[in-house]
This record gives sequence, structure tokens and C-alpha cells, in this order.
Amino acid sequence: MSGFDVSVILDALPFLAKGLGLSLGLTAIAMVGGLALGLIIAIARLSRFRTLGTLAALYVNGFRAVPLILVIFWFYFLVPLLLGRPVGALYSVLIAFVMFEAAYYSEIIRAGMKSVRPGQWQAAQASGMTYLQAIRLVVLPQALRKMAPLMVTQGVVLFQDTSLVYVVSLHDFMTSASIVANTQNRIVELYVFAALVYFALCTAGSTLAQRLSSNRQRAH
Amino acid sequence: MNYAWNWGVLVQPPYLEWLGQGIAMTLAVSIAAGIIALSLGTLIGIFHSSTSGAMRLVTGSYINLFRNVPLLLQMFLWFFVVPELLPKAAGTWLKRELPNPEIITAIVALGLFTASRIAVQVAAGIAAVPGGQSMAARASGLSTVQAYRLVLLPQAFRIVVPPLTSEFLTIFKNSSIALTIGVYELTARTQQIQSFTYQGFEAFTAATVVYMVIALTVTTLMTVIERRVAIPGQSARV
Amino acid sequence: MVEMIRINGLSKSYGDVPVLKNCSLDVARGEVVVICGPSGSGKSTFVKCINGIEPAQAGRIAIDGEDLPSKPAAAARIRARIGMVFQHFELYPHLTVMENICLAQIHVLKRSREEAKAKAHGLLRRVGLTDKEAAYPSQLSGGQQQRIAIVRALAMDPVAMLFDEPTSALDPEMIGEVLAVMLELAREGMTMVVVTHEMGFAKAAADRVVFMDCGEIVEIAETARFFAEPASERARLFLSRILAH
Repeated sequence: MSGFDVSVILDALPFLAKGLGLSLGLTAIAMVGGLALGLIIAIARLSRFRTLGTLAALYVNGFRAVPLILVIFWFYFLVPLLLGRPVGALYSVLIAFVMFEAAYYSEIIRAGMKSVRPGQWQAAQASGMTYLQAIRLVVLPQALRKMAPLMVTQGVVLFQDTSLVYVVSLHDFMTSASIVANTQNRIVELYVFAALVYFALCTAGSTLAQRLSSNRQRAH
Repeated sequence: MNYAWNWGVLVQPPYLEWLGQGIAMTLAVSIAAGIIALSLGTLIGIFHSSTSGAMRLVTGSYINLFRNVPLLLQMFLWFFVVPELLPKAAGTWLKRELPNPEIITAIVALGLFTASRIAVQVAAGIAAVPGGQSMAARASGLSTVQAYRLVLLPQAFRIVVPPLTSEFLTIFKNSSIALTIGVYELTARTQQIQSFTYQGFEAFTAATVVYMVIALTVTTLMTVIERRVAIPGQSARV
Repeated sequence: MVEMIRINGLSKSYGDVPVLKNCSLDVARGEVVVICGPSGSGKSTFVKCINGIEPAQAGRIAIDGEDLPSKPAAAARIRARIGMVFQHFELYPHLTVMENICLAQIHVLKRSREEAKAKAHGLLRRVGLTDKEAAYPSQLSGGQQQRIAIVRALAMDPVAMLFDEPTSALDPEMIGEVLAVMLELAREGMTMVVVTHEMGFAKAAADRVVFMDCGEIVEIAETARFFAEPASERARLFLSRILAH
């Protein structure tokens, strides 16, 4: 090995930055989509309608039992088949991530909603609010405060998980680093650099989550 | 949707054999990594809950380092980068002479990664034991080690069982990432069957069912443990 | 006379355990009824069944001549007409006092923000808490929180008020300020059903007393008669215990 060559990283920076953009974009879309779908699933799981609750539980437990890589393979294979035409890896992966994350976010949301005292539900109902009004005006605002740190933590996990799109050769940050590493034959430099970037970004996220959770504890 | 079903493919040679090998590999890698993760994670968790500042710095750094880099990249680092950084002889030995280097690497990487997660749970479990217990233990003359062994850890262990269940499940799921360094575990095998036969439905369904059975088994086992160790009069879940 | 609240044959059980057995009670317009009984007697569940936030398995409830429907959306409309005050206040911790009082006015009664605020101001003045409108519940004492909770219920212009042990979570020195507000409400002619251990309040404000034990209504009597000569042995025993303190 002939010293740590920084220039190869500098030369590849535009390419790597594009990859990082895809990783962050994928994280953002999966988070927003996962939260929205997760909220619906959480409400379905807590609803009075048994069948709806069972279906939601099946969804959540099903997705949580299998590895994300397998889910990516599933959708990579299924989506073109269902649509009847090739759509490219990106769309398959987006759908896979949103549906997979929804299972995890719905559990965070459900736990948050259940942590709100039953008296609060009763007070909301007693004042004539409907079930959905009680959720929107009374339960969710309280639950959100408790859930915020967990949501950020899950976001950090999600950001790390986007590296798994490597298996369908989407050019995210991880895959881009790997491409440069192999074409330039500079494995050590590229992987160490990638690790530093992931570490810095994830540490920032984890610190934010910690700050949110200690803010909360101080407020109570 | 236009798709030719053929469930028979799963029991044809060599695909049935591939599936079996995949399952065996997933179990072997996960269980070996689980043993590393549980022992190392418990140790780090205990030290992390100690009051010494220097000790917390070391354990905290370990936890942060391993939690904040994607497992896929960690596998690459152990597999591709570490041999380059070692003295030449050791590097060559790792690359050339160690049997099945990809499997050993996967086990080590998965074990060390999961240890950081288990350490967090163990430390949180110890922190959840009421402070009076530690004082009562010391007041009755127990040493620090005795207080941990006889009073704090037995209680922390019970608190930690439910979150550990989820960590154990995660090990089995994360073992699939080993396919990126060439370990032919279950997901890799079904992907292989898919690309050989184009029967993706059948292959991925088989893998999904196996992972669900594993999840169910682990959950059931942990629930049994949780019930066994539950203290009468206290609910098992906190 | 039109009854404000009619409860007929109310029964409820958790699994095999019955908590309410065939309970019936009529409350007249402007009447104040106190429900008492030992803990676990089902009185708290009973009062929560009146507006349907605890579902009952059998029985009929009518408010102001209108049956309480089993459909949740329709029940909500009727619930909005009955105020409820809880043991643990149940103010919304994420909202200020003013927002607590306005929330259901705006979203259930569809009042404008100004209208809701004006209503709140008037009521806050009555309970002497005008300076607290920007405070959050956790910044208030228990007695203040419970008075705000009463204001929040009154802001809906209810035809009746339900109280579920409104003073039993309070420190002793704060009980008086809450009872004073309730007493004033009673004098103004509000229809009230009050679950409480405060026998002083019952003597001063109640028209009738309901004694419950083991999920049953054991006795319903005029207040004076209930305290002078309770008809049932169980009520006598309960009174001798509670008045001994």
C-alpha cells in the first residue's frame, strides 16, 4: 500500500456528492411517505374495527420479520411485473422503502398514541369530539412530542439502510464510493472516506435525537 | 399480470439444496454473531453504566462508532480495508489462508455491530433498576462486583429481555447483508434461484416464509424466557 | 316534569366481572344528585356511561328527551351538550389554558375564535383566573387546574354537568376552592351528577343522594333523609365509616 491518496477522493467529489444526494433524497422521501402511511396504519391498528386492526398488524409484523434486502429484491422483481413494463430500479426501491419504513414508523406512532393517558381520550370524547378529531387535536399533538426523538433515530437508521440499494446497483453514496474504489483501485481511501461521511452525518442525527429527548425530559 | 407459476421449482435439484444451504448459512452466521454480540454487548453495557468518566468515554465511543456507520460499509471495511492496513504477513494470511474469509468476516462484523446495540439496551436496563437497590446493596456490605452480580444485573436482565428479542430478530435479518461480501445465505440463494429460473415469486416467497418462521421461533422462545424469569407479583413487561 | 337525564337498566361487565348491574336513575332539570359509595362500587363507571364515553352493554340513556345513540358520530353530538369534569382534570398539557377552553368550542360547536375567546373570558372572570389564560396546565396548582377544567366544560353551554370525583386528586387545602365553584353552579340551577366523597358538599348542595355498592344502586334518597336515617344497612355502615373521619 502506497500511502493515503487524498487526491483520488477530491477528483471523485462531484460523483460522490451526486451519490450522497440520492441517499439523502431517498431518506427524505422514505421518511415522509413512511410517516404518512405509518400514521394510517397506526390508526387502523388502534381502531374499533377488528378486521382493520388485524390487517394492519399483519402488514406491520410481515414487514418487520423480513430483511430489507429481501424487500428490495421483492419490489425490484414485482413492480415491473405488476405494471407490465420496466420502470427502473429507482421507482421499485422508492416503493419498497416507503412501505418498509411505514411498518416501523407505525409502531413508533402507535406507541406514542398509546402513551397518552386514557383520560385525555375520554376528555376529548366527553366534549363531543369525534374519534378522528380526538386523534388530530388532542392525542397526536401530545404523542408527537414524545415520538420526535424516536423518529429522528429511525431516520438515522433509515439513512444507513439506504446503502442497501447497492444490491440493485442504484448510485447512492455507498455504491458511488464502491465504484470509484474499484475503478481507481483505491479501496482503502474510498471506504474510509465513506465511513467518515456516514459517521459525521449519523452522529449529527443522533445528537439531534438526544437533544430532543433531553429537552422533553426537562420540560416535564 | 403475466406470470407462469411453478411452485415445483422449489423442490427440484439443485434449488432445494440451495435453499437448505442458504437456511443453514443464515442460521450459522446469525447464531455465531449473536453469541459474540450478547457477550461483548453485555460487557460493554455494564461498563457503560459505571460512573467512571474515562470508562464511559471508551464504551460510548465504541457504541457511537459502530452505530453510526452502515453495517454494509462495516462489512466492506473488515473485508477489504482491514487486511490492507495490517502488517503485510497478517494481511496476506487473512486474504489467502484463512478458510472462508467472507463467512468469518460477516460473523465478526455482524457481532461487533450488534454488540453496540445490545450494550445500549443493557446499560438502559441497569439504569432502569431503582437507585435505592444499588444503595441497599452497598449498605448491606456487598462489593461493587457483588452488587452488580447479585442485585442489579438479575433485575436489569428481566427488564432487558423484551428489547433483546427485537435485537436478536434484527441479527437474523441483518445477516442478509453478508451477501454483499459473497456469503451465500438465504436471501442470496433465493436471489440466485430467481436469476436462474425467473421464478422470483416462488423463490422470494420461500425466503419470506423462512424468515417469518425464524421470527416466530425467536419471539416464542424469548416470551418463554420472559415468563420463566418473571418475578411473581410484577408484570413481566415494564 | 321533563327529566333531563333518564337512565334505565344500565348493565356493564369486564369479561365475566360485572361492574354495573341494572342501574336506573332519573335526574330532573336543575336537580343536583350526589353519587357516593365505597371504592370499587362502580360509581365512576356509572357516571362515565351517562355520556357514553364508557360503553354499556345493556340499558337505555336519554338526555333531554333524546336517546343516546350507539353510533359514535351521533353520540358525539349529544356528548357536546353534557359537560364532564374528571378526577385527574385531563386538561390538554400541550395547550394553554385559553386554548384548552376554546378547542371544543371551535372544533365541535364551530364557534369563531373571537366568540370562543369571549366566552372563555367571561367564565375565567367568574372563577377568578383571568390572569392564567396564557399559562400551561403544568404551571398551575391542582385546584386551579380543576377550576379551569370546570370552565372548559361550561364553555360548551352544557345542559347538564357530570363530575367524577372532582376533588379526590387534590391536596386538602385546594378542595375548598373547587367545591365553592361547584356550589355556586348548583345554586344557579345547573343539572348536576356528582360522584364524590365530600359529604359536606352533598349536604349543602344535593337534592338527592344515590348510594352504590358492588355495581348496584342500593338506595336513592332525599339528602336530609339519607343522612338522618339511611334505609339500607350498607349505606348506614358506609356513612358511619366516612363520617367518623
